[in-house]
Amino acid sequence: MNSRITDRIATGIFYTIAAIMVALLLYLFYFILSNGVPQISWDFLTSPSSAYQAGGGIRDQLFNSFYILFITMIITVPLGVCGGVYMAEYAKPGKITNFIRTCIEMLASLPSIVVGLFGLLIFVNITGWGYTIIGGALALTIFNIPVMVRVTEDAINSVPKELKEASLALGITRWHTIKTVLLPYAFPGILTGAILASGRVFGEAAALLYTAGLSTPTLDYGNWNPLAENSPLNIFRPAETLAVHIWAVNTQGLIPDIREVANGAAAVLVIAVLVFNILARWLGSVIHKKLTASK
Amino acid sequence: MNYTADRPTETETEETILKKAASHKEIVLDVKDLSIFYGSKEAVKRANMGIEKNAVTALIGPSGCGKSTFIRSINRMNDLIPSSRAEGEIIYDGLNILRKDINVVALRAEIGMVFQKPNPFPKSIYNNITHALKYNGQKDKQALDQIVEESLRKAALWDEVKDRLHQSALSLSGGQQQRLCIARTLAMEPQILLLDEPASALDPVSNAKIEELILQLKEDYSIVIVTHNMSQASRVSDKTAFFFNGDIVEYDDTKKIFTNPSETKTEEYISGRFG
Amino acid sequence: MAKATVNTSAEDRLILTNKNRRWDEVRGRSLVTICAIIMIAATISVTVFLAQKGLQSFTVNNINPIAYLTSTNWNPVGSGEASYGIFPFIFGSLAVTFLSALVAAPLGIGAAIFMSEISPRFGKKVLQPVIELLVGIPSVVYGFIGLVVLVPLVRDNLPGIGFSLFAGVVVLTVMILPTVTTIATDAMRSLPDSLRQGSMALGATRWQTIRKVLIPAALPSLLTAIVLGMARAFGEALAVQMVIGNSRDIPETIFDTSATLTTIVTLNIGHTTYGSIENNTLWSMGLILLVISFLFIFIVRYLSGRRKV
Repeated sequence: MNSRITDRIATGIFYTIAAIMVALLLYLFYFILSNGVPQISWDFLTSPSSAYQAGGGIRDQLFNSFYILFITMIITVPLGVCGGVYMAEYAKPGKITNFIRTCIEMLASLPSIVVGLFGLLIFVNITGWGYTIIGGALALTIFNIPVMVRVTEDAINSVPKELKEASLALGITRWHTIKTVLLPYAFPGILTGAILASGRVFGEAAALLYTAGLSTPTLDYGNWNPLAENSPLNIFRPAETLAVHIWAVNTQGLIPDIREVANGAAAVLVIAVLVFNILARWLGSVIHKKLTASK
Repeated sequence: MNYTADRPTETETEETILKKAASHKEIVLDVKDLSIFYGSKEAVKRANMGIEKNAVTALIGPSGCGKSTFIRSINRMNDLIPSSRAEGEIIYDGLNILRKDINVVALRAEIGMVFQKPNPFPKSIYNNITHALKYNGQKDKQALDQIVEESLRKAALWDEVKDRLHQSALSLSGGQQQRLCIARTLAMEPQILLLDEPASALDPVSNAKIEELILQLKEDYSIVIVTHNMSQASRVSDKTAFFFNGDIVEYDDTKKIFTNPSETKTEEYISGRFG
Repeated sequence: MAKATVNTSAEDRLILTNKNRRWDEVRGRSLVTICAIIMIAATISVTVFLAQKGLQSFTVNNINPIAYLTSTNWNPVGSGEASYGIFPFIFGSLAVTFLSALVAAPLGIGAAIFMSEISPRFGKKVLQPVIELLVGIPSVVYGFIGLVVLVPLVRDNLPGIGFSLFAGVVVLTVMILPTVTTIATDAMRSLPDSLRQGSMALGATRWQTIRKVLIPAALPSLLTAIVLGMARAFGEALAVQMVIGNSRDIPETIFDTSATLTTIVTLNIGHTTYGSIENNTLWSMGLILLVISFLFIFIVRYLSGRRKV
């Protein structure tokens, strides 16, 4: 039976492809973690990086990554959630809505280096800020907004239609219905989406190279005045993130222990992204259970 | 049906209904040449109907005949469907409520609606009722407590839930949830109560309770009910309108519709020959 | 509330006036509308600013756009007369994009078919999370592994110095594989079961069903998956830059070093003086990247238009 043999062969090939993908992931994780985890020590995480000598850590980069992520999400989440609410509840089918949809798609598909170029043009050159955390965060906002809009829109659309009708039929405005019925119900979905988006922002480098820059000033972690030059909280200072650091040590290669630092940094980066993924799933399911539980 | 036990009460109320129907026929909603379109499809075709005050009006007919579309146009819930469009007039309190400049939010507070599927908010029983009240400015705890109790009593749910007002509404049975939805609508003190197949998703016992409740409520409210269940229509309603294909084929006293309809189509439907 | 009925006329209660209007609704609607406008403004300003800046090399520096696009001589600061021909980078970008799509498409669609047709349970439990994790790995990490594992491997076993078009293609293939797989899986899963049952009922084997019925039915969506994968490959900068070698000539073989639009921009935009001719030509490359990424969107839109038929 010829067709039966072809069927067997085809099935075999599909199994092989699936096996290749699993093997690929296992290899990548094995490589990153087996090389990187031995490099991670308290000292590595808490000492500043060194420009020329061996033995530098990633303290500032790690802080910068989380700080830029934080600032980005502070800007993106409200904008994205409001945009998603608009698309789900207020946009009427028609030309304008279509146009907004096209805009969202275009923003979503921008290569991150192009977003970086736009950031360089506007937030570095035209504003005259130079390389800053806020410039980096605004650039990241541009390609993060479409993600949050989509996540919010999907989450709101997945709220049962009956709940929305119940609220509107009681003589409650659409906006109050959104605030008190739709958003609370959609919250787990939005939260999960926001955390997954955080993972993406955390690993982003190309958009930050020329917006937040490749260097960090000497920071004094005791100085909490956000206006001070050496305060880690100052949003108008340059900040090299962890992902950018991995690129920079490999490309510029001025330190002797490139491999060690890059291995350790890559492991920290991947572990962080992994944690974001697991956290998103776990939180999402916990909150969902809490919201829909009968007690 | 386990409704036989309640027979005496039913006949009793039927008599009072008839007396009332004879005594006053004040029209609370006057529907004039109402047409409703979904895109180019005409779901309701030039309907005319005077809905009486403090009476129960049943809308019957096969699926897709336009009765749900009709009832949802009365509190402008059809506005939620972007492609829908209404022509004609619905006069309520001297005002055409299909006008563009109607404050639909205020309108829906006066014309309450209960849906086919019980749809309590995923909040406590208490908050389900206070949700809309608080939004309308009622902040006083004592007043709220009182309204909650009153409306739950009116909806014949108070005795079952008074000890667990702060538990999730989702812990209630389907029938209790539906009565909670009615209570939460009553808390707004509406003039008219629209019931869109309120009992079709419930078991027979809950169903009977809802019917009992409807008969009590019509003392204070004007009720319009959509139902698939013809015996239900005959038990609870004073007037019945039979919808078919978007037309109101016949609209008359319930007794007349079910015993001696003028149209053959009505008779065929009522006797179960189609639908 | 309705209690007021007794005192006030229906007009007062039910006609929308500034007195009975719910201002929270007005404020809320305005707020979200402003956010929608911000999204439009962001898209337009990205386009306008990058276009204005990207055209300066032609309008201010008088570089001939045709020569810019077609010349193979990129020599912005070298000895002799400066020359700005970016064809080698366009070639490099197209080469890595198409070659990586060529490898990733069959693998990704194969994995999608595995998940939807061969073993949905294993697919959902194992392959799905695997793909989601692969998507989550940052591109610098892909670039770093390419640099320390792939490049030495190529250097030792294949012609060339390791840094090569080939290494770029391999890294990009791995990076776009999860993108292609995810979208292709959605496409396969959304096919109605009646298609499968109908074909099986006629005595077709699973492979015949897949090849003759399911793949043709899902074709526009599968093409969308490939195009989105290509868009990602085309726009990727750092991972490619770390392994491709970044030379200014068109590669003669796949094992030669090469460069793409993104890698040249990444490497040089920070080193050149803002406003200089070389700097402006880099902005023009940025504009080309923008235009082509819009082009990908229109292709996807065209394909999804066909899907509805």
